[in-house]
Amino acid sequence: MLAISRQRILGQCFQKIRPAVSELRSYSSAAKQITVREALNSSLDEEMSADPKVFLMGEEVGEYQGAYKITKGLLEKYGPERVLDTPITEAGFTGIGVGAAYYGLKPVVEFMTFNFSMQAIDHIINSAAKSNYMSAGQISVPIVFRGPNGAAAGVGAQHSQCYAAWYASCPGLKVLSPYNSEDARGLLKAAIRDPDPVVFLENELLYGESFPVSDEVLDSSFSLPIGKAKIEREGNDVTITAFSKMVGYALKAAEILEKDGINAEVINLRSIRPLDRSTINASVRKTNRLITVEEGFPQHGVGAEICSSVVEESFAYLDAPVERIAGADVPMPYAANLERMAVPQVEDIVRAAKRACYRSVPLAATA
Amino acid sequence: MAFSAATANFNPLNTPSLRSHDNHLVTSVSPSPFFGSTAKLRLSSSPKFNVHRRSGSVVAVSEAVKEKKPKSTPNLLITKEEGLELYEDMVLGRAFEDMCAQMYYRGKMFGFVHLYNGQEAVSTGFIKLLKQQDSVVSTYRDHVHALSKGVPARAVMSELFGKTTGCCRGQGGSMHMFSREHNLLGGFAFIGEGIPVATGAAFTSKYKREVLKEVDCDHVTLAFFGDGTCNNGQFYECLNMAALWKLPIVFVVENNLWAIGMSHLRSTSDPQIYKKGPAFGMPGVHVDGMDVLKVREVAKEAISRARRGEGPTLVECETYRFRGHSLADPDELRDPAEKSRYTARDPITALKKYIIESNLASEAELKAIDKKIDEVVEDAVEFADESPVPPRSQLLENVFADPKGFGIGPDGRYRCEDPKFTQGTAHV
Repeated sequence: MLAISRQRILGQCFQKIRPAVSELRSYSSAAKQITVREALNSSLDEEMSADPKVFLMGEEVGEYQGAYKITKGLLEKYGPERVLDTPITEAGFTGIGVGAAYYGLKPVVEFMTFNFSMQAIDHIINSAAKSNYMSAGQISVPIVFRGPNGAAAGVGAQHSQCYAAWYASCPGLKVLSPYNSEDARGLLKAAIRDPDPVVFLENELLYGESFPVSDEVLDSSFSLPIGKAKIEREGNDVTITAFSKMVGYALKAAEILEKDGINAEVINLRSIRPLDRSTINASVRKTNRLITVEEGFPQHGVGAEICSSVVEESFAYLDAPVERIAGADVPMPYAANLERMAVPQVEDIVRAAKRACYRSVPLAATA
Repeated sequence: MAFSAATANFNPLNTPSLRSHDNHLVTSVSPSPFFGSTAKLRLSSSPKFNVHRRSGSVVAVSEAVKEKKPKSTPNLLITKEEGLELYEDMVLGRAFEDMCAQMYYRGKMFGFVHLYNGQEAVSTGFIKLLKQQDSVVSTYRDHVHALSKGVPARAVMSELFGKTTGCCRGQGGSMHMFSREHNLLGGFAFIGEGIPVATGAAFTSKYKREVLKEVDCDHVTLAFFGDGTCNNGQFYECLNMAALWKLPIVFVVENNLWAIGMSHLRSTSDPQIYKKGPAFGMPGVHVDGMDVLKVREVAKEAISRARRGEGPTLVECETYRFRGHSLADPDELRDPAEKSRYTARDPITALKKYIIESNLASEAELKAIDKKIDEVVEDAVEFADESPVPPRSQLLENVFADPKGFGIGPDGRYRCEDPKFTQGTAHV
């Protein structure tokens, strides 16, 4: 999978993308396929045209058409006053975005990857997340921080960390992570319209993947509710929760498990904060087994929180220990074979599901 | 007396003249005792920006050094050995980077690879003046800094291929080259990240001399970074502290005018970076970064200033990268006319011309060096190809320097002193 994605990344940068707008106009009955990139681009386009207070800010979002081409065409359409190319000062421009949001605008701040958001995290947490509380509701911060999160292919330790757990632990922030094009469109629109600070964690390897979308999704008023997970695949035997790229892996694992007679239910979390505990718990009460899958570091991760929630609310319904699949507890190595071992693979999910179903697979470490 | 006149111009750093064109700025930057030694540099204009000259104890040495380049003055700047050393280093950098591009497109290298073509003069000009114990801190564009500092081409190539024989055992990659032996302190992905690290290394050097009383410790640190970094807060914080504490560091700005697709002029309120030095109390120098001899002259003075304990210097090298930001960058925004202007000033061709015209070496000797470097690079690729990938057990190693956390091993010695201490700690 990584090999294919690698070529895709190289290909993307040279690829010219058809404008998403033309696709929206032709309402044919066949399910349309759009890439996540087109979904994000069209959402930004529609939200910017609907509300003049929305503006984009980030490195290379304008003339370069976006470091990953997500903001392609937006500079031509909306001009340099609404699509701002910033110098390389994350702390500075994030702060400027937050200040603009305090005072009434709706910025969408792009981080080239969420690793760079660490240079700006003071503003995300202290200036954006906490202000509504500190000001007793007077200052709301309708800002969206978006960008690719998590591991890409061969980009090394400082470009591969997943920040879902870090941001999701902070009250005052909403943290969303889409998987397919429908999620990307719906959640980004919801995030931009939301009056609170939203951290929108995309995935670089998913940008080029196409997914079918219905006409409803392509409509410009489409949005998804924040805080609701989606059951991607119904099942009875084991629940697998995942977000972002791991949803794809979980679905593949579910197909493999189907052949072995294990019927897996795959939940696409969509929203890390607020976590959709009711959907997860309802699912666990149905299947009695839980596997959480994430790409980030295991300690204090999303899976840990889900496990806690299930133990608190549905302990009596669990038939097996909760299995937590996460990335290896090491900074991401560069060597290709080590990197494959440091990120969960479909086989890891399959093995964990079988363990949870007591199908006598020896306990092997994620590495 | 062309020779002596040239010499006087040659060492502009000792000339206490100060040209000013804006009177209101003179007072704010007039020489003060704080500056310590005599390092007042003469001002010269930056032709590329076409901006009215401002005053300051800040100079562009380019003009001064340019004046003494007449061919009749023999061997002013370098000896034959030095010339060949510089040439070999630059050719190694160029050949290596070209090979990296080939290997990337063949799929042997992956991820982010940022090539240094065109900027070799800066790396060679500065790093070849350093001792082994001096440290270099770089950014993601660090292959050539590693090579200039002495990391073997084989180790760098293996690292890029992700093999266990690489300088970081395949765990770091293109952007994270480290070498304890050669004091290459990284290789950082975030721009600006290396500057505080370099400042810290310089602090260590000063601390060793003054607190630990290692009287002959005069190690200097060089921090390399680009024009985009000069808008980042960390840069200014470190300029302040380095000047405040008189740290032995040289801040080298490789101003190649572009940060991915963002032009320096579009992102900076005042594009003349060298002027930011005097604002913090250190000399700021602008130099033509496409000419290795000029870079070397400025570097000599800046490094010896640091070694003498006089504090930091900010050197802005006007240079250019011939390729895109990385191998995945389509490089559509740069004007081809600009590219060809700079390609005409290729530092390797310029040095070759100088060497031949000054009769320091013959064309045949230079060709022999070219051939030798080609062989070195080919050998590096072969070595990297044949090297094994890291074993499974390596995944969990090196997270901590002292994995067990207890500090003392069963034999009563500190665990970290046992060369084999990471073995057996991987749980797989």
